[in-house]
Order: sequence, then C-alpha cells, then structure tokens
Amino acid sequence: MTRGAFAIEVKNLYKRYGDFDAVRGIDFEVLSGQVFGLLGPNGAGKTTTVEILEGYRHRTGGDVEVLGFDPGERPRELRARTGIVLQSTGLYSHIRVREALEHFATMYPHPRDVGEVIELTGLQGKERSTTRTLSGGQLRRLDLALALVGDPELIFLDEPTTGFDPAARRGAWDTIRSLKELGKTVLLTTHYLDEAQELADRVAIIKDGRILTEGAPRELRPTGGSALYRVAYRNGDGMLVECETDDPTALLHELTSAALARGERLEGLTVTRPTLEDIYLELTAAGEPAVSPPDEQPAVSTAPERGDG
Amino acid sequence: MADTLTLAWRQYRLERRLFWRNPSAAFFNFLLPLLFLAFFGAIFHSNQHELNVIVPGIAGMSVMSTTFTALAYNMVFLRERGVLKRIRGTPMPGISYLLGIAGNAVTNTAVQIAIITVAGRAFFGIGWPRDVLELIVFVAAGVVCFASLGVAFSHAIPNFESTPAYVNAVFLPVILVSGVFFDPAHTPGFMKGIAEALPLYHLISGLSGAMVKGTSLAANISALGVIAAWALLGIALAVRGFSWEARRS
Repeated sequence: MTRGAFAIEVKNLYKRYGDFDAVRGIDFEVLSGQVFGLLGPNGAGKTTTVEILEGYRHRTGGDVEVLGFDPGERPRELRARTGIVLQSTGLYSHIRVREALEHFATMYPHPRDVGEVIELTGLQGKERSTTRTLSGGQLRRLDLALALVGDPELIFLDEPTTGFDPAARRGAWDTIRSLKELGKTVLLTTHYLDEAQELADRVAIIKDGRILTEGAPRELRPTGGSALYRVAYRNGDGMLVECETDDPTALLHELTSAALARGERLEGLTVTRPTLEDIYLELTAAGEPAVSPPDEQPAVSTAPERGDG
Repeated sequence: MADTLTLAWRQYRLERRLFWRNPSAAFFNFLLPLLFLAFFGAIFHSNQHELNVIVPGIAGMSVMSTTFTALAYNMVFLRERGVLKRIRGTPMPGISYLLGIAGNAVTNTAVQIAIITVAGRAFFGIGWPRDVLELIVFVAAGVVCFASLGVAFSHAIPNFESTPAYVNAVFLPVILVSGVFFDPAHTPGFMKGIAEALPLYHLISGLSGAMVKGTSLAANISALGVIAAWALLGIALAVRGFSWEARRS
C-alpha cells in the first residue's frame, strides 16, 4: 500500500439508519501528520463519521480511504496501524494496568515499549493497580495508553479528556502534541473548543450530518460573508456599535477619521477576532444557519447599551 | 493461522488469570456445583441409588453452569462494557478472542468433571467411569450445546444489571426439571415430557450411562441426537444475533 499525502480522504460520505440520514454527503481530507478536529453538537454525525473511518460501521454511500485502505473491509493491516480511543469502550475489572498494556502490545506487529507508554500517559505508580480501582481520569489515560501501545500512525481520539481535571487535561494535551511531533496523524473529536483551538491544525464543524465550515482554527469564519474581525466602540450617544470586517486597518482608518472630523472619540474601541467558540456557537445555534448575505460594505449593527455599566 | 492460534492462546492465558482474580466468578462458576455435590453427597451418603442419580446429575449441571451460565454472563458483560468493541478495533482476529473466552469456560468444565469423577470414586461409591470415551463424547457435546446456547441467550439480555435474573430464570427451572437432584423416572408425566424436550436431561442420561450404568454410546445415541439438535439451534442463534456493541437504550 502506498502512503499518500492524505492519511484520511472522505468524499461525499453518506450514512442512513432506517429513514434517518445521519451523515448527508460530507467531504474532508486529513494530511499525514496533521491533527484534525471534528466538532459539533450531540447527534451531529461526528461519531457516525468516525466509526465509519474506524471500520465499526458501513457507509451507505461515498468513498472513504484511511491510510490507503477501505475501512469498510476491515483489513487487519489497517487496524494494526491505527489506534482508537472510543468513549464507549471498557475493560475487564480485574486486569492490572501494566498487564493490560502488555497483553494489548502482543496484538500488534511493532508495539511500543510498555514502560514508555505508561510514562507518556502519566500512569506511573499505577502499573499494578486493577482497573476497578482507577479514577475516571486514570481510566481515560489507560484508554489512550492502550490506543498508543501498538505504535499506530493514525490515532482516533473521541473526547479524550472528558472527565479530566485541568492539570490532567494539560498533561493529555502535551501527550497529543508529542504524538504530532512523532509525525502521527490524529483525528480528534471533542466538545471542548479550547482543546480544538489548542491542538488542531484544522477543524471541521459538523451539524445535521453536514460540514458547515472547515479550516485552520485561527482562520475559520462562519459561512457566507461573516468576517474575520469584529470592531466595537461606543458612539456619541453611548450606543455600542459593532462592525465586522476582513480589513481592520481600512475600517479603523475610516471610523477614526470620521470621528475626528466630528470632533468625537471612539469610546471603548476594540478590535477582536471571534474565537472558535464564537464561530461554533453561531454556526450550530438552533434555527436557520447563520449565514449573513455577502456584502462588500462592513456590516454595521447597533445594539442599545445594556444597563449602566 | 499460527498467529491466530497464538493470539487465542494468549487471550486464554489472560482469561484464566483474571478468572481466579474475580472471587464471585470463581465461586459461582466453580465452587457452587462442588458445594452441591458435597451437600447432596452428605444427605444421601447411605443411599447408593440416590448417589447414582446425584453424581451424574451434578456433572450435567456443572457442564451447564460452566458454559451456558458463565458465557451468558461474560458475553453480556463484555458487550455492554465495551470490551468487545475495543477488541474489534485491534488487529486481533475476532475468532482468536472468542476462542480464548470459550477455552476458559471449557477448562472450568473439564476441571469440574474431573473433580466430580474423582469424588464419585473416592466418596460416593460410583467407581471409575464405565466408559471414558462415552463420558468424553457427552461432555464435549454438552459443552458445544450449552456454550452456544449461552452465547445465543446473551443476545436476549438487554443489559448487564438484569443478567442474573435472565440467567437464573432459565438455569434453575432447567436443572430442577431435568433431574439433577432426583431420578426423573419418579416424576409426573408432564414434567418428564418437558425434561425430555430439553438438552440437560439427555446430557445427564448420557453421563449416567458413561459414569454409572455402563450403557453404551450406541444405546444413548438418541440422547446425543437431541443434544446435537439443540447445539445446531444454539450455534445458529449465537452467530445470527452476535453484536460487538452494547445495546442502544
């Protein structure tokens, strides 16, 4: 099997359960060595998509390639080169941490050193503990360790830090970054937008079985004409004015020169970029999709000042 | 193929280690039939006719509890806790895993039958089995039959919490009606009719022939036929309903 530039290629993927369309024609590619984030509300089709890529489900239509294989055929070599962290997997209650890792290592052709994996996932000191005595966060780290012990090229992480305290989350992020440094490809689904912003090279936001937008987290913008920057200030009447623009330099020049000409000041002037969270919430809000009409002029909206401040 | 068997062997070794580490599994799958044997042996110690019924009866019950009961429990646990799903994401062939699980159950059966055979000779005046080949054939047929029925039955159990209720609702009536604790010749006709439709009654007949009475395999061939028919049904249902994933509520 040749190894292309893409670890994952999805073309017009379609999945239907009975008369419900869970995934309705999505396309995306994940470059080798990239961390790709799949975001979306519950029921958006994330898990269905990922489980098709992992070989757990059969697609209804479209083309999927993972490391050059069709995951629907469940080739053993693909499973040997993939590591999977699912939310819904468990383990025997009476198995010890090191014992589990050593056992799973024997399933793979070229496993990593078990001690190294224990260290990487921060399970030192727990090697002899049985899984029934581990905390939720420790079990999650064991999930990650079990996915890494086969030294996979491609790792699927479904909500890898759910239930972690902040320090453990940082630790998991460091682990995921170290995977990237090793040249691994990671497909990450998460509810935590800061996690996606922190870790992912590219993200796709998915809702109702369709991809709403895709791109680098810092360059992501809502569909349609919404812009990259938000400029806000209070006008002479104390009203909050918000504008969106792709070119804040020109807009600021325009606004400030107009204000100076009127002999006013732009109180509380700020220039911000919407965070991934802003974009996510805007896109996934209930009701119609948040598409603003394409417009050459910066869209200006006024909102009455709330309270007295 | 060699790899498939190596992985099955490793899985089997792990299952054995974990079996002894889990006290409740070890008790219910292993010690309980032996306690029954000791208990009824003590009650009937002076009545050889009763002992001749009890020893093969307990042997039949052991085959059922180590395969049907144990696998129904195990498969529901593994499915509902997501262990099967995790295994499915690894390069281990599914058949290696299932062989490891089944091997664990069969080991318990073999050890129990061995203990019951020795106890029959040492304490219950049964002597060594009259026909070892017949014993092996019936134990093997019983294992295949009750193991496949156990896996098939696990498909009907919706969640792990309700497993004891489901399993005991089958296990207890079947051992009572099939003559584990008494000679079914003395039971009313309708009970005997139910028993004769079920595989455990025929397994006990075969074990009784092999261990106590010395009736030949050829004479018990119809009993073997009933067990084989149930085994075919069990295998068909076990394969048909198999799911690697937890039931969606």
